[in-house]
Amino acid sequence: MSDVPLHRRTLAELAAGLARRDFSSVELTRHLLARLEAAQPHLNAMVSITAESALAAAAQADGVTAAGKAGPLTGLPIVHKDIFCTAGVRTTCGSRMLENFVSPYDATVVARLKAAGTVMLGKSNMDEFAMGSSNETSYFGPVRNPWDKALVPGGSSGGSAAVVAARLAPAATATDTGGSIRQPAALTGITGLKPTYGRVSRYGMIAFASSLDQAGVIAASAEDCALLLTAMAGFDPRDSTSVDAPVPDYAAALAAPARGLRIGIVREFFDKGLDADNEREVRAALAVYESLGATIEEVSLPNVGLSVPTYYVVAPAECSSNLARFDGVRFGYRCEQPKDLLDLYQRSRGEGFGAEVKRRIMTGTYVLSAGYYDAYYLKAQRVRQLISADFARAFERVDMLMGPTTPTPAFALGAKTADPVTMYLNDIYTIGANLAGLPAVSIPCGFVRGLPVGLQIVGPHFAEAKLLAAAHALQRETDWHRRVPAEFA
Amino acid sequence: MMEWETVIGLEIHAQLATRSKIFSGSSTAYGAAPNAQANLVDLGYPGVLPVLNEAAVRMAVKFGLAINAEIAPRSVFARKNYFYPDLPKGYQISQYELPVVGKGWLDITLEDGTVKRIGITRAHLEEDAGKSLHEGVAGATAIDLNRAGTPLVEIVSEPDMRSAREAVAYMKKVHTLVRYLGICDGNMQEGSFRCDANVSVRRKGSEAFGTRAEIKNLNSFRFVEKAINYEVARQIDLLEGGGKVVQETRLYDPDKGETRSMRSKEEANDYRYFPDPDLLPLEIDAAFLDSVRATLPELPDAKAARFTAQYGLSEYDAGVLVASRELADYYEDLVARLGGEAKLAANWVNGDLAAFLNKNNLEITDSRVSSAQLAGLVARIADNTISGKIAKDVFEAMWTSGRDADAIIEEKGLRQITDTGAIERAIDAVMVANPGQLADYRAGKDKLFGFFVGQVMKATQGKANPAQLNELLKKKLAAP
Repeated sequence: MSDVPLHRRTLAELAAGLARRDFSSVELTRHLLARLEAAQPHLNAMVSITAESALAAAAQADGVTAAGKAGPLTGLPIVHKDIFCTAGVRTTCGSRMLENFVSPYDATVVARLKAAGTVMLGKSNMDEFAMGSSNETSYFGPVRNPWDKALVPGGSSGGSAAVVAARLAPAATATDTGGSIRQPAALTGITGLKPTYGRVSRYGMIAFASSLDQAGVIAASAEDCALLLTAMAGFDPRDSTSVDAPVPDYAAALAAPARGLRIGIVREFFDKGLDADNEREVRAALAVYESLGATIEEVSLPNVGLSVPTYYVVAPAECSSNLARFDGVRFGYRCEQPKDLLDLYQRSRGEGFGAEVKRRIMTGTYVLSAGYYDAYYLKAQRVRQLISADFARAFERVDMLMGPTTPTPAFALGAKTADPVTMYLNDIYTIGANLAGLPAVSIPCGFVRGLPVGLQIVGPHFAEAKLLAAAHALQRETDWHRRVPAEFA
Repeated sequence: MMEWETVIGLEIHAQLATRSKIFSGSSTAYGAAPNAQANLVDLGYPGVLPVLNEAAVRMAVKFGLAINAEIAPRSVFARKNYFYPDLPKGYQISQYELPVVGKGWLDITLEDGTVKRIGITRAHLEEDAGKSLHEGVAGATAIDLNRAGTPLVEIVSEPDMRSAREAVAYMKKVHTLVRYLGICDGNMQEGSFRCDANVSVRRKGSEAFGTRAEIKNLNSFRFVEKAINYEVARQIDLLEGGGKVVQETRLYDPDKGETRSMRSKEEANDYRYFPDPDLLPLEIDAAFLDSVRATLPELPDAKAARFTAQYGLSEYDAGVLVASRELADYYEDLVARLGGEAKLAANWVNGDLAAFLNKNNLEITDSRVSSAQLAGLVARIADNTISGKIAKDVFEAMWTSGRDADAIIEEKGLRQITDTGAIERAIDAVMVANPGQLADYRAGKDKLFGFFVGQVMKATQGKANPAQLNELLKKKLAAP
């Protein structure tokens, strides 16, 4: 182990090294800060790198370790997606609207991970207000895919994914409203977990679509996701939609064998939109599970094909209301010299928001308008229930569902920006889990033309431990999750 | 001249008397420095979330039970979306399709004594907005968000009222009720209790409603009456002049005594209501309902019925006494101390005491004469120590000095003269002093009897027992 560079080690391995005092948190933090700074001009994965406070936190963590009071995460450096409010450090949400917004409080996720002793290295770049699948809508410029800098890393958590894929940090927090953790994880060859809706508090996570948003984690392995989730999850009295259910030790549950696992493959996910090479890699991974003693059967989710249109009614509707608070009055961007109140609203919002955000606000405003509500919003809510029921029926027969995370590997910057619908279709396999509030994980399962491919695993509500164990089972048999782009090795 | 009928429905907003706001832990106390009671949730900061205050739910349910309403086992909070500087989130959290309180009713008593039932369509929970201030900030608008997030219950009536007076009677009834229930302080000056009035007119006998105007934000009973009367006259004038009433929102200007247009239906906001995804549906089970029911006090109508039965009061007196829980308590305490004399006690509370409170603009809880003190006074009337007339003077002295009745009676020597000899001596003296009047009386001028009563009372400083005086005077004047 001692010959493996620090940045190539998993969280679990780093934790062990810190515990043995092979290196200090300050040394580790310094090493990663240097990598973050060096990669920034190439990947643009970060909005803020907080070197000073990171080193202070690392020194403090070293003190805790020296005092013999270290917990499993003490001194481990991580990155937070810039959607989580961090007291004293600006939180931009990838938008000009919040370019200079400094939150007076920590999001619950941030506070819990801070209390667990993690060291925040900075805030990662993202699609503006988490609206995008390529990280090209960020006011701070696109993030580039570490596997090929001409390609997108996926979105909206593209910065978090790129940071982990390039091993600039061992793990990062992220959020997933329609695939924003899993799709970039798949496109950058790392592991991303979107927990059950309500498993992790949304307090302090800037809302995009409240009924779909869920905080999760991006890391190099399922084991690392489990470590972080154990610290992040749990009821929060400040989030009425968080669920008051006990949090298991996810890392301890990883050893569950794949033998006897009933895996469903969703017929509708192996459709004509799926890249043939992608499909080959996904099926190869399924074969590994079979070889481990799992059984595989085909299941159907008859309404899942309506996921994308349903999502693009519900999510914009909620976002049109959630983003109304950005009005130039109390915080965030305010236009110069407003003439009157209307001018203040129109120019502050017109200048502060980017094109994709405006498109969704307008769509959402439209679908909630008098005369259209029933035809769009209400109908979408009904379809959403049908999709949830499809999943519930499938889980009567199988333990979890597996299939591709995305139809294709990473695509070129600019390739899909002209046609929003093509971009939206990138989330065709991931959105269903958000609509149904289900936990899902994406893990690397092969390469196509030198680019990583993701396998998505979706489970019933609160089946995170099972999903992570299944992911871990593949990661014991394969080394896809250990592959790193040559430039960042 | 055409005969017109007025149709009125009220939407009453009552601020719930919770300690903290409906979705945040900020205090709801009135009068703090601007924005001192607005936390991150009230300010609508990025990332914050609402958490429902259970006390507000209890209060709304309590109201629902008091108006015999169905309480929804499941109700839903919705967002009402519109931009305004005193609405920090860009939406107000309210209840729309599924309110917590469903159909109910209240009875009001009309001036002729008949009872009319007013239907209540629904009552729902919502948060109040902040305030925009225009004074002292020339060329700008200042925002105070202390009120933002204060819990409100909005009580929507059926269009059952047919005159401004009925509307006021209904509003007063609701006002009494919410204060009885302890769910609203009812302070109209501070805006804790206010209403919007939907007003229309139609030809007598017509089934269809006329086009209505909504008069916003009326915060006194007087304004409600005046605004409605003005609006009714305006609408009738319009219609009789061949014009049309347009559906619109109007504001009442108390200085000019008129309503004026604020915005028409065409300019009305499309609020784009939808269920708030940050809040779970509000579920109310039987156990919760029982626990709220157990806290219901005796309600005004029941109390009034008991007062007429138990104390033999008129419906009018009972109605006045139960207008507030504190007044009713004062009265019952008074009667308990007296061990009876319920009618006499009611006359004093509704008479002199009410007059002094009114004159000094005081509530019963601020009365300068306590129920124990008033009992001391009424007891002296009952046992003939003083007359009712003298008692009025004693009461005034009590009010001014804060002293007890007995002390004042003793000090001023106001005890009634019941000694027959003393009264006779006074009569004799008056007869001697007024020989002319005496002769006239005896010649048949009966009206002069009052003159002699007055003279004797004057001589005894009003202390002669009136009944004894009457009897003795008649005897003496008659004897030649």
